[in-house]
Amino acid sequence: MIWGVVTFPGSNCDRDCVHVLRDVLAQDVREVWHEHRSLAGLDAVVLPGGFSYGDYLRAGAIAATAPVMVGVREAAHRGAVILGICNGFQILTEAGLLPGTLLPNRHFRFICRDVWVRVETTRTPFTQGLRVGDLLRMPIAHAEGRYMVPAEVRAQLENQAQVVFRYVDARGRAVPSANPNGAVGAIAGVCNAQGNVVGLMPHPERCAESLMGSTDGRRLFESVAASVLTAMAGR
Amino acid sequence: MNLTAEEYRVICASLGRAPNEVERHCFEVMWSEHCAYKHSREILRRLPTAGARVLQGPGENAGVVDLGEGWAVVWKMESHNHPSAVDPYHGAATGVGGIIRDVLAMGARPIALLDSLRFGPLDGVRARRLLHGVVGGIAGYGNRVGIPTVGGEVAVDPAYRENPLVNVACLGLVRSDRIARGRADPPGAVLLYAGARTGRDGIGGAAFASDALDAETEPSDRAAVQIGDPFAGKCLVEATLEALGTGHVLGLQDMGAGGLTCAAAEMSARSGRGVVINLDRVPCRESSMTSREILLSESQERMLLVAAAEHVEVLASIFRRWGLVADVVGRVTEDGRFHAQAGGASVADLPAALLTHAPSRRVVPVPPSTDGVEASRARPPLRDPARMLLRLLATPEVCSKQPIFEQYDHMVQVRTVVRPGFGAAVLRLPESPPRGLALTVDGNGRWCAVDPYGGAAASVLEAAANLACVGAEPLAVTDCLNFASPEVPEVFWTFVRAVDGIAAACRALDVPVVGGNVSFYNEGPGGPILPTPVVAMVGLIPDVRGVPPPAAEGDGLILLGPPEAALGGSLYAREAWGKHGGALFAVDFPAAARTLACVREAVRRGVIALAHDVSDGGLAVALAECCLALGSGADILLPAAERTDAALFGEGGTRIVCAVPRAHLPDVRVLALEHDVPLAVLGQLEGRLLRIRDAGETGATAIQGEGGAIVLALDQIRRAWMRLGSVI
Repeated sequence: MIWGVVTFPGSNCDRDCVHVLRDVLAQDVREVWHEHRSLAGLDAVVLPGGFSYGDYLRAGAIAATAPVMVGVREAAHRGAVILGICNGFQILTEAGLLPGTLLPNRHFRFICRDVWVRVETTRTPFTQGLRVGDLLRMPIAHAEGRYMVPAEVRAQLENQAQVVFRYVDARGRAVPSANPNGAVGAIAGVCNAQGNVVGLMPHPERCAESLMGSTDGRRLFESVAASVLTAMAGR
Repeated sequence: MNLTAEEYRVICASLGRAPNEVERHCFEVMWSEHCAYKHSREILRRLPTAGARVLQGPGENAGVVDLGEGWAVVWKMESHNHPSAVDPYHGAATGVGGIIRDVLAMGARPIALLDSLRFGPLDGVRARRLLHGVVGGIAGYGNRVGIPTVGGEVAVDPAYRENPLVNVACLGLVRSDRIARGRADPPGAVLLYAGARTGRDGIGGAAFASDALDAETEPSDRAAVQIGDPFAGKCLVEATLEALGTGHVLGLQDMGAGGLTCAAAEMSARSGRGVVINLDRVPCRESSMTSREILLSESQERMLLVAAAEHVEVLASIFRRWGLVADVVGRVTEDGRFHAQAGGASVADLPAALLTHAPSRRVVPVPPSTDGVEASRARPPLRDPARMLLRLLATPEVCSKQPIFEQYDHMVQVRTVVRPGFGAAVLRLPESPPRGLALTVDGNGRWCAVDPYGGAAASVLEAAANLACVGAEPLAVTDCLNFASPEVPEVFWTFVRAVDGIAAACRALDVPVVGGNVSFYNEGPGGPILPTPVVAMVGLIPDVRGVPPPAAEGDGLILLGPPEAALGGSLYAREAWGKHGGALFAVDFPAAARTLACVREAVRRGVIALAHDVSDGGLAVALAECCLALGSGADILLPAAERTDAALFGEGGTRIVCAVPRAHLPDVRVLALEHDVPLAVLGQLEGRLLRIRDAGETGATAIQGEGGAIVLALDQIRRAWMRLGSVI
């Protein structure tokens, strides 16, 4: 399978994602410049973290209109796997590929720390290899990560298993103190109705090697690789 | 104007004519203390700058040290004190941006930032506002530019109330055969301007930084503070590295203090060449900018490149692809002159070397009459040591800086193996595994107020101790020397003594000083700041995969190093007596070097669970910090001492507290013997209480707490230590 990692001007986790996919997981990775319109041939696309175009407007708002998003949209429709991490998640919501929006954190501050998230569904390629209820320790680093959707949409997300990750404490309980940014329903990550587009605020690429303190993030990438290969074998 | 009559006379004599208006402004900036180091240049020669690993010492945009295996690190610290006093957010942000581009100018990818901050006491509204703004500015720029902020320190004193200190260090990584230099060569090559456009911000910033802040400063000097654009900064880093990758960049420098004039003049002077600049070609934000404004603007995110004419379009297209401007603005000449033209006419024509070599100013240093030490007054005995320990743990110097470093992205670039919060940060080097780098920044104005020589030397030793605690060998030092007006002989004396102290300590440890900066005129209406040399040290770890043995109940707590400590300049003296409280402890370089070598080896061998240097707040604070780090209580029997307050809270030479598993205690004893380092067993990890008992020294200074001991629950200690969250 072939991965693509998109670089917008202002992306700053693009190299980290390429490193983990290429050097740690021995995947075939293409670096994709934001002006490319076509992502034909890519099986999985990562929109990395950072501050695309400086995020001087709303986070992700400008990137959502970049030429590469034509390709991302097309890839999403043909069923390719799309992952938005942090700023990438913000971009996917701004582009309308994921429901909801990401508001400034509850205390209006940038927060960089480890959090626990609980896997809420295994219907996405990123969680197929995990189990519902699995706890993952991953770092967050954002100022605008407070996930928000209208109540009726949220009910729909919950019913259709579109909530993928939820902030919890070390024992797996969704208590207020474990929610770092005030996200509604302690939602840390969601997917689209089809399950092939996933966005999350934590950074799996920062916890994919034991030296970095946790390898929980690696499980997400491995899960995608396994599920794409299975799908390919099925075709 | 800033030029003295004598300096003006030298200029006229050298030129054989009076400078024109534009030229005079160029001299004002280039001959400012900030750019020219007029008072410090001679003294800085005393620092050891050479070493087997040094690829580039002071004199370039930043120092470079060889790591072996084809890689080198670039290391530089700079102050942005005056701008941060006026506009804390943008002052700090542009401080970060500026130091990043100094490191970039050596051809390196910036991989880490550290910051050293000083404010007035945080119960003051202004100090809290400054802290907010400065931390916000560092986060706002560093996070967006994608460089992790992995360490730092905070200290307070009323002397910093009007004039906070913001010192930022940046580490870069470069292939040792791809180091760039700030040189304009060969003649005929062109000057390529790249980055953001030139605006009216920051004009005269270097001259502003060379003045004392006064009551008038705030509103009127805002125009001298630059406004940063971290997005442009990030694009400039990536585009410049891409441009360097073509191999076509012959010279490179950022346009920082002194702007285009300083960059072009320094590049010419280093190579002995000249430059002709066409100001009509400089990309400006506004069409009406004058020659003076274009020459001296300190607008951010701009680089000046030197390249052969046939390669310039390839380079320019890289910058344009990143959304930046890139235009040829001049060329390199043979004549050694800095020549600027506008509208077909010459606006400045000066010898480049004259611009970059202001005459030194000599001040005869005079020791302060009291020697900086207060006459010995009554020093009330310690009444409640437990309460004092809690108080020290809650000081900005000691308390958890989590509310600050959580606002910094300290993990981007996935190198951060040891995160901020406890001693030195550790970065891995995937380029050269399994090696890693340790980083720390340390300074102590209190110590230097009592004894600038001993205080500065002790800051170097403390930095080295932080590195030793993670098993790192020092590679290089960069320093920021923050002082008040050098024109005051007593202030100048403290500067000279501090430089001597740094030089002596670096020689003793065999660590070169590869660069840094001097910031003078740090004073406000309330008086001068404390003399504050700040030292940033980078060290090499042979193998970052080593994991220390886990700590467990019953592990020994030991002290390595000479146990003597004094209360002069201590945090305790400030908190208990409100003064510096007598003479500083004596530094003992050979003993420090032995202790550091012993600790380094013990850590590398994996025989200790935790090593932590004794610094602000003394042994009791260090023990409490170890308890917090390990999540355990401890039972401690204090070694016999002359004064119990000094034994508990005194600050001294290089002393390291270690938690040692029982099984490894004999190994550590052998190491201590081999290195001739005093070892004292203080007690052991135990329960959820920190209990410190007195060995039974007599007199009024013995511990008078309940049962003759400090007894504090771990939760009590943690609450005090986490106090900053309620302040900011």
